[in-house]
Formats: sequence, C-alpha cells, structure tokens
Amino acid sequence: MAEVVLETQALTMRFGGVVASDNVNFKLRARELRCLIGPNGAGKSTFFKCVTGLLTPTEGQVFMRGQETTGWMPHQIASLGVGIKTQTPNVMDYLSVFENIWLAARRFHSVDEAKHKAEAVIDRLALNSIARSDLGNLAHGERQRVELGLVAVGDPWLVLLDEPAAGMSAEDVERMTEIIHELTKIAAVVIVEHDMQFIRSIAETVTVFHQGAVLMEDHVDKVMSDETVRNVYLGKKAG
Amino acid sequence: MQDRMGKDVLMTLVVAGLLIWLLPQLVSTYTLTVLIIYGMLGFSLGLIWGFGGILCFGQAAFFGLGAYTYAIAAINIGESTLPMIIAILVPAIAALLLGAMMFYGRLTDVYLGVITLVVTLILFKFINSTAGPQYMIGTARLGGFNGIPGFQTLNVPGDPDAYIWGDAYFYVCAVIMVLVYLLVSALLRSSFGRIAVGIRENETRMSLMGYDVAARKTILFAIGAAIAGLAGALFANWGEIVTPGLFSLGQSAEIIIWCIVGGLGTRSGPILGAAGLAYLKFALGQQSLIDNTLITGLILVLFVLFLPKGLVPAISSLWKVSFARRSPSRVHQARRIRNRGRANG
Repeated sequence: MAEVVLETQALTMRFGGVVASDNVNFKLRARELRCLIGPNGAGKSTFFKCVTGLLTPTEGQVFMRGQETTGWMPHQIASLGVGIKTQTPNVMDYLSVFENIWLAARRFHSVDEAKHKAEAVIDRLALNSIARSDLGNLAHGERQRVELGLVAVGDPWLVLLDEPAAGMSAEDVERMTEIIHELTKIAAVVIVEHDMQFIRSIAETVTVFHQGAVLMEDHVDKVMSDETVRNVYLGKKAG
Repeated sequence: MQDRMGKDVLMTLVVAGLLIWLLPQLVSTYTLTVLIIYGMLGFSLGLIWGFGGILCFGQAAFFGLGAYTYAIAAINIGESTLPMIIAILVPAIAALLLGAMMFYGRLTDVYLGVITLVVTLILFKFINSTAGPQYMIGTARLGGFNGIPGFQTLNVPGDPDAYIWGDAYFYVCAVIMVLVYLLVSALLRSSFGRIAVGIRENETRMSLMGYDVAARKTILFAIGAAIAGLAGALFANWGEIVTPGLFSLGQSAEIIIWCIVGGLGTRSGPILGAAGLAYLKFALGQQSLIDNTLITGLILVLFVLFLPKGLVPAISSLWKVSFARRSPSRVHQARRIRNRGRANG
C-alpha cells in the first residue's frame, strides 16, 4: 500500500448552529485520484477549505504525510508541496501568463530555474501563443488552464482542485482531464466536482458527502449505481 | 533583462541630471527642495500602494515621525549623521509593528485605511498636547503645538560646523531622491518586487502558492515608512522646525491625491504628482482670489472622472499610440502592399 499523504480525523466545522462538516474521517494515498461529490451544501467545499487552511476546523485534525497541519495558514500548507486551486479562478489578472507561472515557480526555485520551469510548463500546457498576454484578457478555459499551470509548476505531491471543470467547454474539459491524468503520475489528486460527466470520465474512487458527513466511499461505478446516493444526489438527474 | 536594466538606470540618470540642471534656472532652489521632499513622500506611498496594494491613509504619520525623530535626535546628539539614520529607522520599526499587527490580523482595505488614519490622528493629538515642560526626550522638549525649533541641521558628516544649506542642500536632496529612486527600481525588479506585485494582484493566490503574504506586506510597508521617514527628516532640515501639522489629516489626504493624479503603479507618477500639485499649491498660495484646497479638490475630481489612471500612464499610452513603430497592423499592411506589388509585377 502506498503511503498515506492526506488524512483527516473526526474533522468538524461549525458555523454557529450549522454543522458544515461533521466528523469526517478521510484517507488519501500517494498518487491516488479521488473525487468528492455531493449535492449543494453537502460540505465538500468546507472540507476542502479546512484541509487547505482557508478555514480552521472547529474540531478534529488534519495530517499531511504524517505531519499534523490543523490550523496552519494556507501558505504553510502550500509550502509543504501542496498545490491548491480554489473554486473561483484565483489568478493575477494584470500580469502576463508567464509572470503568473513564474511567480508560482519562484517559490520553490531560484530566479533562473523558475524561468526554465515556467517555460517548460507553458510548453506542456500549450500556452505559448498567449504567454505574454495579461490573464485578464483571456477566456475562462484558458484562465483555468493557467491556474492548473500555477499548481503544476510547483511539482506538488498533493493537488487539491475545487471544481476545475466548472463553466468550461467540452474541449477544455477534455484537455483538463489530460492534464489531471498527467498530474496523478507525480501527485495524489483530490477533485471536488459537480459535473457528473467529468466525474465519470476521470474518477476511480469517489467519496460522497451528504449533510456534512461522508455518506459512502467506493469505486465510481458502485457509487453511481447506489440507491442511497441516487436518492440524495443523482436521483432526479440520472432518472 | 540585464540590458533593459542598464537602459533604465541610464535613462533615470539622464532625466534626473537634466532636471537638476534646468529646474534651478526656473524656480528657486528653496522651493525646489521642498518639492523634491514631497516627491519622495509621494514616492513612498506610490511604492506600497501602487506596487503592493496597501492603501495607507497614514503615510503622513511616518513622515512626521521621521521629522520629529530627526529633530529630537539632533538636539540630543548635536551632529546630523546619526540622527538622519535614526529618523529612517524609527518610522520603519513603527511600521513593522503596526504592519505586523494589521497584516497578521488579516485586515484588509477599509480596516487598514481606518487604522492607519487613526494612528495618524493619535500622533497628531498626542504631539499637540505635549506643550508642558514635563514632555522631554533627553534634552529635547516636544513643545506641543509650537513644535521643536532650533535643532542642529544637516552638516557634512563628522563636521558639525559645516552646515549644508541653500543650493547645496537642494543638490543633496536631489541626489538622495535619485538614489532612493534607483534603489526602489532595483527592488521592484527583484523577486521581492515581482512577488509584491503578485500580492497586489491576488493575495489568496499568492498565499496558496506558498508565499507568506503577511510577512511580505509588513516588510514592504516598513520600506515605504523608511522612505517617508527620510523625507520627513529632510523636511525638518529644510524647514528648521517641526510642528504637529506634519501629522495632520490634510497632509495624509494630500499624499493620496498626489498618487492618484500622478498615476498609481508607476514609479515617476507619484513623484510628479506630488511635486506638481505642491508647486501649484505654492503658486496659488500667492494669490487670495481662490482658495487653493478648492483647486486641489477640483483637480482630484477631474482626474478621477477623466484620467482615472493618472497622468503618467495616460501620457505613456498616448506616446505608445502616436509613436509606436512596427505595430502589428502596420507590418501587416506593409506586407500586403508588397505582396500586391509582386502580384502586379
């Protein structure tokens, strides 16, 4: 069995009286690809934010590669080698694609190395033609791709993606799938996603959230055919 | 990259040299000196606001702190070299503490503005109320609303009797301004500067990439305060008196207006905005027809409405539009004409 890279123990997050994350025990092994699904308000994003340090959980612990990271700041978690993409595109709009990726690379490399790294990632993501354009002028799909570039250039061993396929065209999603598959060669990947089409095409193991807690965790085919899951989430859609 | 840097430094030196040579023939060096000092003050806010995204309503606090620190230290020490250094360090350290409190507390935008504003007010009120003889630092009396006069002004390092004043003081200030400008330019070209701009653009993203945003903003804030403190010390030497007016709200607001009018996100904009508006204020102060705060306000409104990016960005984009050689469309056109010639021939 591969090493456990991410683990939460009894992770609970309360906002006043609302329990957004309820006693979540979660385990992820190296180079695993895991999708988190669940209806709106199921607590996926809250769980994601607790893991990435954007929120501090009310109770419970988070471990990364055996080290406790509960209550750490996002930059400390990212410094461990964790790549994070938030739900809404988070990029530097008035800077060029190159500068964006260079900044991400500079965190872990010297000035010159960062330049080479950035150029290599731009090549790999086929961003050459727009490398000098400001991000603010780009289409949504391209911006999402650049953001994945920001994540990939740091050579992470754990990648956390919150709705990477949201609002993207079919072609963009396909490209995104490829990039994610490439990432799983070096890193464990967690994807929070709504788009069932996308989940079907990419997922292996799926964790289903419902009302803040983990409802079930199994292979994607089993989850998709499960009666309870259908009822809480897919019921009407999958018919 | 190296080439561009050399060109930039050369350009700076040439332009600065020309200005230092030409301007004294038009305006008195006494006035020019204070314009440079205001330029430096504007520059300090332009750095942290334009390149770090930190809108500080209290840049005047660091300016005043620098001036008071210089005055107090000069009275106690009697030679100007060490007081100049202390006058840079004290505001920088104050900014480190204040900045750490604000940035590690994850305060943003509005709250930052309110806190810096209130700190300025507190200093203003405090200094104003120190008229009694019990308010002494060493042998220096704080003097309340009368301020502190009669301190040792700038002298040649090591020789307290060789005062630097008049024209010589103007050249000293000009050279210091150029040095500060070059140092800040180098800072902005460095990784620290580029990361600061990244933080201005998107704090969350930069922290998710592993950068300690709070620490970096605190350091940048302190650098800005150090420059403002230096300007304050130079101002104290120019005016030969420091008064609580340095900490006033009007002063703080003016610095922000300088930056907006001159152009945020540029290096020269805030300097030009500061010097230009300060000169205008000086010129308007010589007549009594119109109140000059009215004019300053009017200029601000006009700029916000018609040139929201400020003077320098507007001029540089105008320059690009009118003088851009080899713009892609023209190259394209030339090629088309050539091809047509070929087809006909």
